[in-house]
Amino acid sequence: MSRRARTALFLVSAVIVLIVVVAGFAGLPDFGHYKGPYGKVLALFSVPQRQTTDVVTAVNFDYRAFDTMGEEFILFAAVLGLAVVLRSMRDERERPSHEASDEHRFAEASSLLGLFGTLLVGPALVLGMYIVTHGVLTPGGGFQGGLILAAALLIVFLAGEYLGMKLIAPHAMVEFGEAAGAAGYVLVGVGGLIFSAVFFKNFIPFGSAGHILSGGTMPISNIAVGLEVAGAFALLWTEFMDQALVIRGS
Amino acid sequence: MSFFPYAVAAWLLAIGLYGIVTSRNLVHLVICMTVVQSSTYILLLAMGYRTNGKAPIFADIPVGTKVVDPVVQALTLVDVVVEATVTALLLALAVQAHKRFGSINPDDLHPLEG
Repeated sequence: MSRRARTALFLVSAVIVLIVVVAGFAGLPDFGHYKGPYGKVLALFSVPQRQTTDVVTAVNFDYRAFDTMGEEFILFAAVLGLAVVLRSMRDERERPSHEASDEHRFAEASSLLGLFGTLLVGPALVLGMYIVTHGVLTPGGGFQGGLILAAALLIVFLAGEYLGMKLIAPHAMVEFGEAAGAAGYVLVGVGGLIFSAVFFKNFIPFGSAGHILSGGTMPISNIAVGLEVAGAFALLWTEFMDQALVIRGS
Repeated sequence: MSFFPYAVAAWLLAIGLYGIVTSRNLVHLVICMTVVQSSTYILLLAMGYRTNGKAPIFADIPVGTKVVDPVVQALTLVDVVVEATVTALLLALAVQAHKRFGSINPDDLHPLEG
């Protein structure tokens, strides 16, 4: 189909879609006047019932923990697919690292960038772990904290140390972390099945709201998800950078 | 202006779809897809907003305070992370398409060969 015909077809269909969208939006509540009951109920009960002050975490890791498992495996499958798509092809080879170790330092990072990068890695790791472990108390949790942890690896790379990044997070370890996180989350669900006869039922005592270990299984789920997300994104960085730096056509 | 956030969501949907259809570059196409996806975030978050509602975190406000809807926030939060990995998968396909065909213009890609 020519570009012209395609654009014309799009414009016609876009008008139809727009009509449907506007008709749909017309049925929505006015901005600022949401009527849905679930959020209200959860906001009232999450503290007394689950001892969790962050309702968003309570929703993700308790009330709809089963759905989160599904979403977590979309993430898992996407990164697995990426690793398969970016594997070394038949006519490619991986450069041995000694052959081109100087080229691993991309366009030379300036010494200032290197210095600040090195200084930032520690605080980024601490912040990531803080966000993961405080998910039940304040905004945060496994998903956000995991991303910050993976970003710490990117800082190592920014500081001009691709080999250093691979040293801190070797491929096998990153893959293992991701898989262990995914498995850990499922195990929390199985724990519910074993101890309370319901998959993903929160089977650990809730403790008291405001305490870091409150919320029963939620802190554990958060750590599992944090591990998985950090592993998934670290794997993702490594795969793309291998494409740029290590894998070469013969 | 109570409809304004919804208008933004509809606009992002439209402009993202337009970008996908007219794209001449696979990377651009993938980014357009994330624009379409961000329209769903705007829609979800806008829908769950309550005027003068606080964030649904009861660490420093008493239970019973008027808060915005936590359910749509939870949905958005998970999807942002999942979408990033799906985007990465699509970009990986673009990398391989470039290796195979020497181009990332979708019009230059040939049908799959067995």
